Amino acid sequence: MAKIFKKREKEFDDPYTVGAAIKNGNAVTRLSMLFMGLGNLTHKQIVKGLLYLGIEIAYILFMVQGGITNLYHLITLGGRPQEEVWNEAKGIYEYTSGDSTILFLLYGVATLFLTVAFLVAWCANLKSAYTVECFAKEGKHINSFKDDLKDLINKRLHWTLLAAPWTGILIFTILPLVFMICMAFTSYSKVDDKLTIFNWVGLKNFGTVLGMGNSIGKTFWSVLGWTLIWAVFATFLNYILGMLLAIIINRKTTRCKGFWRFCFILSAAIPQFVSLLLMRTMLKDNGLINVLLMNAGLIDSPLPFLTDATWARVTVILINLWVGIPFTMMQVTGILQNIPGELYEAAKVDGAGPATIFFKITLPYMLFVTTPYLITTFTGNINNFNVIFLLTGGAPVPVGSTAGKTDLLVTWLYKLTVDQQYFNVGAVVGILTFVVLAIVSLVTYHNTGSYKNEEGFQ
Amino acid sequence: MAKEKKNSSMRTRRIIADTVTHIVLAVLAFIWVIPIVWIILLSFSTQKGSYVTSFFPKGYTLKNYVKLFTDIQVLNFPQMFKNTFIIACFVCVISTFFVLSAAYCYSRLRFKMRKPLMNVSMILGLFPGFMSMVAVYYILKAVGLSEGSMIRVALILVYSGGAAIQFTIAKGFFDTVPKSLDEAAYLDGATKFQVFTKVTVPLSKPIIVYTVLTSFLSPWLDFIFAKVICRANAEYYTVSVGLWKMLEKEYIDNWYTSFAAGAVCISIPIAILFVIMQKYYTDGLSGAVKG
Repeated sequence: MAKIFKKREKEFDDPYTVGAAIKNGNAVTRLSMLFMGLGNLTHKQIVKGLLYLGIEIAYILFMVQGGITNLYHLITLGGRPQEEVWNEAKGIYEYTSGDSTILFLLYGVATLFLTVAFLVAWCANLKSAYTVECFAKEGKHINSFKDDLKDLINKRLHWTLLAAPWTGILIFTILPLVFMICMAFTSYSKVDDKLTIFNWVGLKNFGTVLGMGNSIGKTFWSVLGWTLIWAVFATFLNYILGMLLAIIINRKTTRCKGFWRFCFILSAAIPQFVSLLLMRTMLKDNGLINVLLMNAGLIDSPLPFLTDATWARVTVILINLWVGIPFTMMQVTGILQNIPGELYEAAKVDGAGPATIFFKITLPYMLFVTTPYLITTFTGNINNFNVIFLLTGGAPVPVGSTAGKTDLLVTWLYKLTVDQQYFNVGAVVGILTFVVLAIVSLVTYHNTGSYKNEEGFQ
Repeated sequence: MAKEKKNSSMRTRRIIADTVTHIVLAVLAFIWVIPIVWIILLSFSTQKGSYVTSFFPKGYTLKNYVKLFTDIQVLNFPQMFKNTFIIACFVCVISTFFVLSAAYCYSRLRFKMRKPLMNVSMILGLFPGFMSMVAVYYILKAVGLSEGSMIRVALILVYSGGAAIQFTIAKGFFDTVPKSLDEAAYLDGATKFQVFTKVTVPLSKPIIVYTVLTSFLSPWLDFIFAKVICRANAEYYTVSVGLWKMLEKEYIDNWYTSFAAGAVCISIPIAILFVIMQKYYTDGLSGAVKG
């Protein structure tokens, strides 16, 4: 990792760093540390300088008006509860508005984000002041504001194009994630009635989830176990069976290839929640399948497709096959046709049967090409909320437990936060899910060909 | 003589193999198609309630469709359809812009933060989407987007806000657009922005159509965000939440067959868009300039 960073530093060598500005800059540049934009203003970059100055003033005003309180609240959390106060004049009880810690946390985190943004602007200001000082000394052309604007669609196009998308990511992905991660270290939970006022508790929640001593901890390990079993089965069964289906359809002598493909693609084209809800109604105790089987006299009582733990687990895996196989088929059809035909000829000459050919040639080749695809499917399956939530809702649920027998970590997370309001424990579960996934995928991703030779085509 | 025998035995084997293949395919295709056939039949069924006694309905009627579009007292399906459509249009425009511009930057422009930004996007993509859902809800509430007609705005923002994380496919496509074209344009004095809009975008039709369709479809397919953000505000439900509601205990007896009708109505356009999307996806995978 360190190597990568070193290489990049060389590639984008920039002599005008913040460090250099403080060390070698003249008085004006150094004063820019206090009065942002001063360096630009003294070199006739009026608009740019004023913009920097404006940012500084706006930030200071914001901090005075409430930012500092926000940060203070973020550190202390807690707060005053709602209280009844006897109002003598009116002769009634009045309620003082109590504090809501969740808002302290949210505003605190948002203020932290603004502060980081301000620091970035501050660094940019110093760099800019130092650059303009050096350029003036060397007699180089100093960009006017017009030139700067022109740069935004040329040399700095990435700024223009990435500004909006990354603002979106910051507000709707990163800010909520940080907020959520913070919750993992608090007592924000229905337990002990900590929903309006809560405090920092350090790593206690991680202890609760990872320890075996209480019901949450026990549930965690069993849910984790089932999640892994589910992910492995769902991913590899889908992969192998989908590939077999594609191979069968691709056989030279199979007729009406287009028709068969159409049949399977049809089910993939239907929105997933529709087909899942449909399956659920078909598999109920009084659903179509049980009714038909009972009418035919094959069974006396309904089969517990979704109500018995083992049955339900097998059923969700099977239905996931129904949902997933067409997708795998579509993904691998093209790649299968790229396998060099000579390999098959050679194997046939050596007298290999279809099974040997599949396991010795097709599968290794496919695994080699589609590893990234497999990783995405694996992570997708660990996070597969829809299949479980819409089919079983995690049922059957043992008495007194927060998770059912088919609950994955993600559906359990949903129940913990939305239904049970154990926000802190839910956040811990989310973080732990992520940690596993992140390590697996980043390591694999870095070792795939498409990452290493991204310019191989050009 | 021996050779002939071997040939004929090979032919028999091939015929057996072919027959087995086709039987297996027929059985599988049957399993995959039968639920779809059944839901179509059910949508025309005259039966009441959710208890079904046979595969084929006792009688056929269009009433379920009529009820779906006219009985708007409890579950207003036309309204849900309108909500989802409006949201989808906005999401489509915003997401496409976000995804394409991010992908273009990562693929074509070289700047210091390029790889870090890509890695961060990858990492963010690994978090379960709704892990932060509760947090998103509080943020929307804090800026006043959680009540009334603002719910639509909230859903649009939620669906399109983080769209730029899903840049990989589009970036893979831009990587295949030959760099020599860009260089030729630079020699003619084009700015980078002009190269993006006048050279790269016109060459990228498959991936643009693919991105437009995926982002248009996302509000139709998502269930969980819509459910959490709409909560009990039935007038802002999207179709997926509405259809799910129809199967809840309090509605299922009246709405079971209309659920089937709604599912059919939604699935047909989505299926058509999906098939078009697949075509462009495969085109996109084979690169920008065909050799």
